[in-house]
Amino acid sequence: MFPKGTKRKFSDSGDEPAAGGEDVNQPSSVAVRMLSSYSLQRQSLLDMSLIKLQLCHMLVEPNLCRSVLIANTVRQIQEEMTQDGTWQIMTQALSAANAAAQCSADRLVATEVLCRQTEATQGEQVLKPFPAVGSEGCPAEEEEEVVVEEEGEGGVTMSTVSPQAPTSYLPGTFGMDPCWEEENGEDEEEDEDSEECGSGSEEGDSDRLVGDSRTAEQVFGTFEIKNPAPSPDPALEELFSDVDASYYDLDTVLTGMQSAPKMGPYDLLESLSSHGPSTLSSSTSCRSDLNELDHIMEIIVGS
Amino acid sequence: MAGAGGGGNDVQWCFSQVKGAIDDDVAEADIISTVEFNHSGELLATGDKGGRVVIFQQELESKNQPQCRGEYNVYSTFQSHEPEFDYLKSLEIEEKINKIRWLPQKNAAQFLLSTNDKTIKLWKISERDKRPEGYNLKEEDGRYRDPTTVTTLRVPVFQPMDLMVEASPRRVFANAHTYHINSISVNSDCETYLSADDLRINLWNLEITDRSFNIVDIKPVNMEELTEVITAAEFHPNQCNTFVYSSSKGTIRLCDMRASALCDQHSKLFEEPEDPSNRSFFSEIISSISDVKFSHSGRYMMTRDYLSVKIWDLNMESRPVETYQVHEYLRSKLCSLYENDCIFDKFECCWNGNDSVVMTGSYNNFFRMFDRGYRQDVTLEASRESSKPRSVLKPRKVCTGGKRKKDEISVDSLDFNKKILHTAWHPQDNIIAVATTNNLYIFQDKL
Repeated sequence: MFPKGTKRKFSDSGDEPAAGGEDVNQPSSVAVRMLSSYSLQRQSLLDMSLIKLQLCHMLVEPNLCRSVLIANTVRQIQEEMTQDGTWQIMTQALSAANAAAQCSADRLVATEVLCRQTEATQGEQVLKPFPAVGSEGCPAEEEEEVVVEEEGEGGVTMSTVSPQAPTSYLPGTFGMDPCWEEENGEDEEEDEDSEECGSGSEEGDSDRLVGDSRTAEQVFGTFEIKNPAPSPDPALEELFSDVDASYYDLDTVLTGMQSAPKMGPYDLLESLSSHGPSTLSSSTSCRSDLNELDHIMEIIVGS
Repeated sequence: MAGAGGGGNDVQWCFSQVKGAIDDDVAEADIISTVEFNHSGELLATGDKGGRVVIFQQELESKNQPQCRGEYNVYSTFQSHEPEFDYLKSLEIEEKINKIRWLPQKNAAQFLLSTNDKTIKLWKISERDKRPEGYNLKEEDGRYRDPTTVTTLRVPVFQPMDLMVEASPRRVFANAHTYHINSISVNSDCETYLSADDLRINLWNLEITDRSFNIVDIKPVNMEELTEVITAAEFHPNQCNTFVYSSSKGTIRLCDMRASALCDQHSKLFEEPEDPSNRSFFSEIISSISDVKFSHSGRYMMTRDYLSVKIWDLNMESRPVETYQVHEYLRSKLCSLYENDCIFDKFECCWNGNDSVVMTGSYNNFFRMFDRGYRQDVTLEASRESSKPRSVLKPRKVCTGGKRKKDEISVDSLDFNKKILHTAWHPQDNIIAVATTNNLYIFQDKL
């Protein structure tokens, strides 16, 4: 299915378009290129590989050999696409993509935690496309942390649950905020690039883009939001910025209680409060959770 | 076509036994993950995903039927590894037995090493067929007698009892591997062994559990630069200073432990140049070596990659001396096999006792044998259908295109869920053990 020794179609076609931004307005030329079957196949292989890299098993460590082989395949494709010039076309076309599509391009690992952490942290989240528009470096591979600050913009270091989890290979753009909640464009945590999060224009662009470019759809269609983050109140986010999100997960709390049977229900309240002075008093939802916890604790303890 | 390949063109393989549950609903824990004969061939060990080890023993040949070899019956079953939880990383450690290796027998007891992803254990399997009876102070059931009733002395005597086979863990070698252990190999000195994970190889002394020496480390300083992992490792059968390890890029490195303490510098590098006409995005993945085995003689080694088996002469690094295609018809299906992850399946391979025939598994419960001398190969199937006692296995053929002849099976009809990853060959006789997902088939040649 991948032609052996045949001249690739891309090298036959004409010059690259003059400027990346114009691609959006010349859908037909982009579409024609992209529709050549070799590129389609290559693209689908790329998508498949990215999905495979993202699917890491939460409870059992992912297979390092498999991850390395898939990552090498991805890099191979990317290298070839860079040589073709396809890579530049794709990333430039996607640079106008809406922030929502980018936000959704997230790893399955620790989505909840990720949402809160990136909200609370300074600087933009830079979802680095692999390796590199403009960068010579090797792609970030299976790793303890996603090192994302390639452009020196003070990115976010997201620690993952699994140390072997591969880093994100999502095509994305530099300088774009994730804008987890599109409605609240003004987020006091975020700084200079927040204006790029303006939802109105982004959505318009994205609609046009998704309709025009199959690649965008191909790539982003598969990266749907798995756990859509509800649009959190930025004030709340600030308060909970240093709270371990896992405490809000009932399962984790219960697991924690089962492994530390000596802790009574009031100890739990105390430990929760120790994570942030304003935790208990600031949210009614938190209080109802605690009531639930009390109830469940009673069942467990059997009182 | 007369006969099937395997030790000459007159060898015919017959069904002997099948072990395991019959029903198609496979319990996850019953999936066989490793198969290994001991050095005499009398014992056959299997490990499964549930962490259990089952050992079969060959019955002595009966005088009534001198033509038949003894059957293998269950000798011992024990739970080798339990599931663990790594609290620091919040990850489960699977109890699946990745490898079993027997130690050469030195006394009445048998010893084997079994390993999961993180921990290696040395097990002693011993028989007890006598027990002392006639204690002075204890009753037969173990209760202590009233001392006032003891009026005479007697010497306890050993009386025969029903054979009891006990398995006890003698050593636990833990906490030495950050990554998943894929291989263990006992050295010919019978004192040391190696364990290999994705990035490191450690050398152990069988007596010492709290210390191991790291002899290979390919972990890059920056894990982002990782592009290659260790896939298998084995000690040379005769030279206790030599071992090899294979990589995910299709290379094999031979190392000499006399050269330096850390064997990061290989002594020999075995690599076949890539065939440019076959290049595709999957070239690297299918070149990844899933198993490496020295011949019994120590002169050759065999490697298994996704589509082929290669025999290497240790004196020639530039290319293998023999290459056998296992299932070349899959080359055009690599994209689908990548999609369903089958391309990552790790097939093992094995030599027969005199290094004349090699065997490896494939899909659809097929397995393949390659006779090196007669240049013949055969495809056989492990299935319940051909499981009548002593029935001769019929060679199978996969039709790659065009008209499908009768009895041939087309590539698209192959069942990729039925894969034979683990096979073993008796060290002396033509008896083979072939593991399907949850069944163990034993075949032997027709006498």
